[in-house]
Amino acid sequence: MTVLGMALISGGVFFLVTGAVGMVRFPDIYTRMHAAGKCDTLGSLLVMTGLACHDGFVLTSAKLLIAAGFILVTSPTATHAIARAARQSGVEAWTAEGNR
Amino acid sequence: MADTFFLGAALAILAAAMLSLYRVIRGPSIIDRIVGVNVIGTKTIAVIVLTGHLFGRAELFIDIALLYALINFIGALALSRYFERKGVDVTSERAR
Repeated sequence: MTVLGMALISGGVFFLVTGAVGMVRFPDIYTRMHAAGKCDTLGSLLVMTGLACHDGFVLTSAKLLIAAGFILVTSPTATHAIARAARQSGVEAWTAEGNR
Repeated sequence: MADTFFLGAALAILAAAMLSLYRVIRGPSIIDRIVGVNVIGTKTIAVIVLTGHLFGRAELFIDIALLYALINFIGALALSRYFERKGVDVTSERAR
């Protein structure tokens, strides 16, 4: 169980880091949001479930899974709200042929 | 052995948070900064839970992480609602 936990945590860390790198390198708001929102949710989900597996069957892992479920619901909604705000205030998406 | 692994994971996530901090500082428009803050928020949740396990008081830190997730979510919604009405002026220069 602990080995599985560690594997999940390293996967989570991998996604968190790639999300951050994606946020820096992408040219446009929407692409950055795309990278950051998804990798972040999955990354923290994996870290939390990894820690829950590491702990075995105790109260803390139940709380961890509840927190992970909460993040699974709220983080995409928050990113959606931000994307909607950008869209409403007229931010155009980045197009490839505009700036080679 | 587990503790050093948690410590390494927490430090890696903090380094990733520094990267998104760069986006918060550099971001040409307000929306980039909101996304950056939101990303740093979710990353700090993972760091809080990891340090909770490092310090041995996992229950306490999970509650803190849950609270932090709540506040981060509410903050992101409030910011996006405000800037939706106020409008965003995207400067033309492309952040490389």
